[in-house]
Amino acid sequence: MKGILAAVVAAGLLAGAPACAQDASSAPAQVEQKSCEVPPDLLATGDVTLEKVAAAVKDNKKLDVLVVGSGSSSLASADGATVAYPARLEAYLRERLPNVTVTVTTNLQPKRTAEEVAEALPAIVSEHKPDLVIWQTGTVDAIRAIHPDDFRNAVDEGITAAKAADVDAVLMNLQYSPRIETMLPTTPYLDNIRAVAQQQDVPLFDRYSIMQTWNESGVFDLSNSSRSFALAKSVHDCLGRALANLVVAAAKLDVTEPKVQH
Amino acid sequence: MTVTAADDAMALQKPLTVAPPVGERELRLDLFRGLALWLIFIDHLPANVLTLFTLRNYGFSDATEIFIFISGYTAAFVYGRAMQDRGFVVASARVIKRAWQIYVAHIFLFTIYLAEISWIATRFQNPLYAEEMNILDFLKSPDVTIVQALLLRFRPTNMDVLPLYIVLMVFFPPVLWLLRKKADLALALSVLLYAVTWEFELALPSYPSGSWFFNPYAWQLLFVFGAWCALGGAKRMSRILHSRITVGLAIAYLLFAFSVTLTWHFPRYDFLVPAAVQRWIYPISKTDLDVLRFAHFLALAALTVYFIPKDWPWLKSAWLRPMLLCGQHSLEIFCFSVFLAFAGSFAITELGGSAWIHFVISVAGIGLMCAAAWLLAWYKGVAEKSGSRAASGASGGVS
Repeated sequence: MKGILAAVVAAGLLAGAPACAQDASSAPAQVEQKSCEVPPDLLATGDVTLEKVAAAVKDNKKLDVLVVGSGSSSLASADGATVAYPARLEAYLRERLPNVTVTVTTNLQPKRTAEEVAEALPAIVSEHKPDLVIWQTGTVDAIRAIHPDDFRNAVDEGITAAKAADVDAVLMNLQYSPRIETMLPTTPYLDNIRAVAQQQDVPLFDRYSIMQTWNESGVFDLSNSSRSFALAKSVHDCLGRALANLVVAAAKLDVTEPKVQH
Repeated sequence: MTVTAADDAMALQKPLTVAPPVGERELRLDLFRGLALWLIFIDHLPANVLTLFTLRNYGFSDATEIFIFISGYTAAFVYGRAMQDRGFVVASARVIKRAWQIYVAHIFLFTIYLAEISWIATRFQNPLYAEEMNILDFLKSPDVTIVQALLLRFRPTNMDVLPLYIVLMVFFPPVLWLLRKKADLALALSVLLYAVTWEFELALPSYPSGSWFFNPYAWQLLFVFGAWCALGGAKRMSRILHSRITVGLAIAYLLFAFSVTLTWHFPRYDFLVPAAVQRWIYPISKTDLDVLRFAHFLALAALTVYFIPKDWPWLKSAWLRPMLLCGQHSLEIFCFSVFLAFAGSFAITELGGSAWIHFVISVAGIGLMCAAAWLLAWYKGVAEKSGSRAASGASGGVS
């Protein structure tokens, strides 16, 4: 299984290599561009369709995305606002949807559990009125050892609230880190996010598996203990790109394939 | 599932017994507890090739159920005999002594954990993981954290089984007493407590928030059920256990669980599980020992008893002896395996774990567990031969 994944990734890397030079223009100069292909399996959205996103793009030529997340949706560097994955998502969505006005706003809720965010979500959504809300969750709950059942109910409640507000939703799970793995009990939170996504028919951006794949195939060395922001910026750039691909795929938008495929 | 089959099964039976004659060691228990220890060790390591072979990928229950059930069984077997020979007070004292040993082992493992994460905290400052490093906040207030750990309220990841075991053992003397007087009443009370736990959401609080990962109010059912089986329950159920209907039901249920589990790994087959069924079965709580998990364990146990007889020749084979030895020294080997899991994860991270290194470390860990078990068995043999008093103290080693 792992071997097949590695092979797929390797193939993706080879295919993607010549495209790097073209992509570089769209990213801030100091961020090193990585060819960080994601195995198609990890971005598969099946039958789920982001109807609101599709409608907004086709009818209004306008797409408003709101990212609700915790600390790992940001970077603490001076230029954090432009290099964290929400900003990169905006750049890549604009690239993928050339004639559409794309805006990505973030609403960070650092140190707040899924339950606290779920309670605030209706107000946040009605304030921003996005077409799509991307909810990154699980890390704070894992750190605070929130009971997995309570966590699940909270995520379910939040997604129900987003649907009630007539907004599409995407769930994003935890970051993968080989070093923190032994300290942070990730499995119950990953399982529950996946379960809610399946039951609620909401796409899951499996950040954990994607980062794990990158680490295993050597795209990134995530156990690197350097204090520099270089690795973090590259990872966020790649997450932004993968997330844009997921959104476009899940909205079943008939747009040109990303440049990487040329 | 098996229990509901009881009445139908009464019609077709083969007169066979499953309970061991008193005094003879039930090797199947040792074997499967050894297997459970291996699986728990593999599950505690970062995922690797061997993880594909662990039980939890193929159904609802996992190695924890096996471990707790067999622990209940052997505890009743060993301390039940002590209670018969030496009386309630002496047997209780031995149970409590055992609980104390487990407590000390738990605190020892906690110290190792503290050492590991303090090391990481001072060396690992990658800004990508600024948020995740908040897990180390508790190092800032050791006054609270260490006291909470001593109270078993603060438990790092992978350190949840021993606190459950401690609580189960501390309350075991009165349970054992009742089991020996009125076995069915004790089991009924255990089921009642389980039901009350689900109805009123009983739980033990943990620090800094939430509750125990393994809820003792719920998991006691498996422990008491194991003890009940040891004290004659298994013998009385032998007709049911050897009926074809039971086997059929067990296989059907295991297949159902397997197909549901498949949809977790391959979400595109999710449509195969109807929404109504999903609403009914999810969430499958591990904390509160979901009925589906319990039933899954029962089905596995029923098939095991049916297909692997007590005098199964393989039980004496040299190939299975390492697993058997691990099962016979379960507390020591369990603690050692938690330590090895810490050390192994640490090594995998620091050596930049390729799939190959993962595999080597997993196999080496199991090898070390077996070597330790062999050493313990050798020492126990020597101690017994020399007629040392140490042997009587070590007899608790089977529970």
